[in-house]
Amino acid sequence: MVDRALWGMRAYGVLAWMWIRVSMTYRASFVMLTLGQFLITGLDFLAISVMFATVDALGGFSLAEVAFLYGGAGLCLGLADLILGNIERLGQKIRLGTFDAMMIRPVPLFAQMASDAFALRRLGRITQATVVLVWSLVVLDVDWTLGRALTVPYLVVFGTAIFVSFFTLGAAFQFWTTDGSEAANAFTYGGNTLAQYPLTIYPTEVVKALTFIVPIAFVNWYPSLYILGRPDPLGLPAATRFASPVAALALGALAAWAWRSGVRRYRSTGS
Amino acid sequence: MLYLAVAARSFRRYSTYTAATLAGIFTNSVFGVIICFVYIAVWEQSPDAGGYDVTDAVTYAWLGQAMIMTVAIWGGGTTDELALRIRTGDVAIDLYRPVNLLGWWLAGDLGRAAYHLLTRGIAPTIVGALLFDLRYPADASVALLFVVSVVLAVVVSFGLRMLVACTAFWLLDDTGVKNLAAVLSMFLSGLVVPLVLFPGWTRDLATALPWAAFLQVPADIWLGQTSGWSALQALAFQAGWALLLLRACAAVIARARHKVVVQGG
Repeated sequence: MVDRALWGMRAYGVLAWMWIRVSMTYRASFVMLTLGQFLITGLDFLAISVMFATVDALGGFSLAEVAFLYGGAGLCLGLADLILGNIERLGQKIRLGTFDAMMIRPVPLFAQMASDAFALRRLGRITQATVVLVWSLVVLDVDWTLGRALTVPYLVVFGTAIFVSFFTLGAAFQFWTTDGSEAANAFTYGGNTLAQYPLTIYPTEVVKALTFIVPIAFVNWYPSLYILGRPDPLGLPAATRFASPVAALALGALAAWAWRSGVRRYRSTGS
Repeated sequence: MLYLAVAARSFRRYSTYTAATLAGIFTNSVFGVIICFVYIAVWEQSPDAGGYDVTDAVTYAWLGQAMIMTVAIWGGGTTDELALRIRTGDVAIDLYRPVNLLGWWLAGDLGRAAYHLLTRGIAPTIVGALLFDLRYPADASVALLFVVSVVLAVVVSFGLRMLVACTAFWLLDDTGVKNLAAVLSMFLSGLVVPLVLFPGWTRDLATALPWAAFLQVPADIWLGQTSGWSALQALAFQAGWALLLLRACAAVIARARHKVVVQGG
């Protein structure tokens, strides 16, 4: 079991490195695409700033606080997208029959799909989110304690794990509907957009759903409440703020199960 | 007649991917809901921001979702296919067809837009209407003006996308330019933030650029922000850009024609 996991990770590393070398062959294109991603996501934040030209708080949160939420969510999504974003091409691979070729290779399927066309250019989004996050940390008036400071990397790790699970679930879904890849976007990119804003702007039922059903709130909202020293609008126990690992684990287990049953169920298109 | 046939075939071609359409409608609806709550939070603080009230803003959010695919705000549409054909050389076949190249692809894109309007335009709007209090066109004439405005929006968008696709004649790969165009279009169409919220001179600039024709102009007609004479002016603004861009496309294609001969097709 452990051996297999290690082997999978090594294979992932080798394959990802291969794709990095491929992208470096077209260096100019790589630079342009990375810069493009940086700009696209940058304009996204500019749009939020434009809104703050008319209002000084959104759902009771200042621009710096929203920037913290934005940077946190963006960084988690960016990392998850870098790690296995191309897994969403599963449907296309099934249609073209190239998924069958992966099945006969002596490398764990998941490692192959996750590293497929590993796109280092996604550093563009990661860099942009990091810039916004760092800026917010500089301007925010937070009473920094060791606990608060450590919660920042903690947020990034488990937030990324949650998005990784959503990407996997979305891909596993394609074993059932080969061209439904866009539905997964609602959870990954949609989840990111949701989490960019303070959840106080959504109705209570939505926040409850985001806590108990689709646990997007654990990506950055609950840890951020702790870091920013904000009360929880739902009034849940304080432990909720540190429950991200529980959410990540539960969702991860669900994603692993969905992926496995998808693979087991898979019948080649035969073409 | 020929162009009508091309448009009809294009419509049918896009209609084959039902699961993809359903998935897209779902995603558009989720994003529509998110944006609505953001706008509600903004307009709660500042109830007449940009001359909109909260109902206008919420309606605008759903119109935006409806226009994403219809107007191809993020790019895509038949021009992507043309760019691919330029790279592979298949465009040579298009060039010796006894049909105007621009008209052929425009007809195809209009057919595609009609399909996307009927599915990915209307379906999320119905979801929005069920969940939120929306504003509807005041009367039939406003609805008609809106439809005309959407058609013009597609033509303006086609013009810009066509220019991007034509860069493939020189660059072979138009991915970089396409990405850049998508960035500009996403922001300057007012998809994320309505252009009316832009502060000071940036608003005047943004509303004068062709991207304003994508969403802001049709939305303002739907909402009754521009009506009567000013609505006609807004349509003229769109038509002006449409004409200008199509002429630019024609000029670029004329130049590219020589280029293709040099390259040997």
